[in-house]
Amino acid sequence: MDTSSPLLRVRNLTHAYGNLLACSDISFELHSGEVLGIVGESGSGKTTLLNCLSARLAPTNGIVEYDLRGRGLSDIYALSEPERRLLLRTDWGVVMQNPRDGLRMDVSAGGNVGERLMAVGARHYGAIRQEAEDWLTKVEMDLGRMDDKPKHFSGGMQQRLQIARNLVTKPRLVFMDEPTGGLDVSVQARLLDLLRGLVRELRLSAIIVTHDLAVARLLADRLMVMKDGKVVETGLTDQVLDDPHHPYTQLLVSSVLQV
Amino acid sequence: MSAAQQQATEGDDGYNFAYLDEQTKRMIRRCLLKAVAVPGYQVPFGGREMPLPYGWGTGGMQVTASIIGRDDTLKVIDQGADDTTNAVNIRRFFARVAEVPTTESTAEASIVQTRHRVPEDPMREDQIIVYQVPQPEPLRPLEPREIECRKMHAYKEYGLMQVSLYEDIARFGEIATSYSYPVMVGDRYLMSPTPIPKFDNPKMDDFPALQLFGAGREKRIYAIPPYTKVKSLDFDDHPFAVQQWEEDCALCGAEDTFLDEVILDDQGGKMYVCSDSHYCARRRAEGHEGKLSESAARAYAAAVGAAEEEEA
Repeated sequence: MDTSSPLLRVRNLTHAYGNLLACSDISFELHSGEVLGIVGESGSGKTTLLNCLSARLAPTNGIVEYDLRGRGLSDIYALSEPERRLLLRTDWGVVMQNPRDGLRMDVSAGGNVGERLMAVGARHYGAIRQEAEDWLTKVEMDLGRMDDKPKHFSGGMQQRLQIARNLVTKPRLVFMDEPTGGLDVSVQARLLDLLRGLVRELRLSAIIVTHDLAVARLLADRLMVMKDGKVVETGLTDQVLDDPHHPYTQLLVSSVLQV
Repeated sequence: MSAAQQQATEGDDGYNFAYLDEQTKRMIRRCLLKAVAVPGYQVPFGGREMPLPYGWGTGGMQVTASIIGRDDTLKVIDQGADDTTNAVNIRRFFARVAEVPTTESTAEASIVQTRHRVPEDPMREDQIIVYQVPQPEPLRPLEPREIECRKMHAYKEYGLMQVSLYEDIARFGEIATSYSYPVMVGDRYLMSPTPIPKFDNPKMDDFPALQLFGAGREKRIYAIPPYTKVKSLDFDDHPFAVQQWEEDCALCGAEDTFLDEVILDDQGGKMYVCSDSHYCARRRAEGHEGKLSESAARAYAAAVGAAEEEEA
């Protein structure tokens, strides 16, 4: 692992909606192969931060730099829009909280996975289909449902399909916004298992936004705790969760229900 | 405008020449020039109300009205035929408001306005073909957001269109899209060739005549200049192919034309005939015969006779 140069570097990122400060002065670095969890309660600015990082919302202030292939660390908001869009569908992946936002509900599962391949120029049907099959197998989907539309899938299947669709171009960095939101616990557990396996196997870097500390514990190497748009604590996941320093983190950790 | 010009542009019955006022024609001509300059790009224009409903060819009529002159000869076809309602009405409209001669012959026409077909007869450099377009945006069924569609065109991001062809093969084993088959114009813009059958797509490539497209409801104009590369999208392992028929035209025996299926009775009887009515009639006049030409002529005569008796 190259530890000298980060994959993603964020400096003094601030975003305001009018007078409302959603993220304030956030700086951090993400290295290749690392999984960063962003936790915090609803309204703490997690999703705004993720949107700013993933080139979908220009921050009011601050710089987001990404290690582009062949170009080194570059300010993503200084790129032209087509370059940014290309980055989003090749080297990056975005898994949305609501699969409806991340999938084409009227296109078959195979087509959903193949879309990114076709977007970067794949024009051989057999090859695209083979690749889609491979990925659907990797996310443990029944290949018999490959030609069905996602609107007829269960929530867990939709989420797994979304993951396959994002990983098919072998991205280096994946953004996930509450990947397990709205799923029941057993489905959540399987999805987490799957994600953990994929992240390790593909040496993915990921930034995962969640309010679920169990998800953070399982997936993230490092944690960032947010409150009112500010990062109040950062550190290794186990360290933050087992020995929280900031009062808010202590509250968060102690609020988890024990079964 | 001088009095002489006034007279020159006014028709006898109080309408301006070719129905539209001169400022409107000028606006549309400007859009046409832009469309020709950027082949396949959809140029927005200020569509006017025409005296017929949207979907009946208002876009094509506005384009025709803007380019037609007194020395033009107009042919209008609807699904290839010169004698269906839409074609007859639009032809009569221009005969009245522009007082131009009309024809059913492709070779004699200087402007051909068409709905859903390219004539079988070859066209020449001194001719213009005007298409009536219901939905100019090929990405619309897949991407409902207009802004997103425009960005996709601007950045040439056309992977999504390929997805629709993928879906076809996944569901039907082949590219089942048979009309409105998407094309790339001049290696740059994705374009919907209007609902012409994909049989006509290859004709658009390197076509000698200027091709103009008008969408009245969606208020878009686009164009393909003469001799422009027009390529139908496909996959490497599922190449583009046009429709095939098992039979030839039952009236004129043509083997290489686009055929319509005509139901003859309620016993499953049917025949295939050329959709281009002028082309078929000319071939029959030249002595070509299909296997059903005689009985079809009898059946037609009987049907017309029956209708006349009913009227009487």
